[in-house]
Amino acid sequence: MKPKGYEPRDRTRCEMTKGELIEVIAQRDGFNLKKAEIVVNTICDSMREALQKGERVEIRGFGSFEVREYNAYRGRNPKTGEEVYVRAKKAPFYKPGKELRERINGSRKN
Amino acid sequence: MGHFAGSDDMTKAEIIERVYESLGGHSKKESADIVEMVFETIKETLERGEKIKISGFGNFVVRQKKERTGRNPQTGDEIRIAPRKVLTFKPSQVLKSAINDED
Repeated sequence: MKPKGYEPRDRTRCEMTKGELIEVIAQRDGFNLKKAEIVVNTICDSMREALQKGERVEIRGFGSFEVREYNAYRGRNPKTGEEVYVRAKKAPFYKPGKELRERINGSRKN
Repeated sequence: MGHFAGSDDMTKAEIIERVYESLGGHSKKESADIVEMVFETIKETLERGEKIKISGFGNFVVRQKKERTGRNPQTGDEIRIAPRKVLTFKPSQVLKSAINDED
């Protein structure tokens, strides 16, 4: 449920979409929107393609992504109790970098 | 426990190279600066506690963890785990399918 008075562009909304990220990049760097879009899309596509090939992605200061494999298992549908077979799958796993972890916690020095 | 980038890993340098190729008409330095700017903007946004939603890739969300008591697994001593913020990543369906479809 969205709160009353919800405004899509409101700074208090507490989120940034890809489109807004592109706008911010265009403003900050004097790039036009089209170029900023190419940059953001190329970054996302590169990371996705690497993960698709099973490679790790390592962005110093931001974090790393890797693909983890999960075995198949027999589980139960918690609502019906019915037995279900869950196939083996792969899923991306993200570990934030040290710099980012510290900045999120108010750059505490340990 | 540092994790060092292996030869198969994709690094920022490789991403910069790709951006340089797809932009065209910009120098390597400009490409490096803009990639740095993208990650810096994402970091600043998360630092403010805001969520980042990248359609086709996933969402980065900062969660507040409450203070709790834990134990030192070696000594069994009780320790106070301070309240802290953690960053989590929820991959989009597109990313999850991409990873599972190609072998």
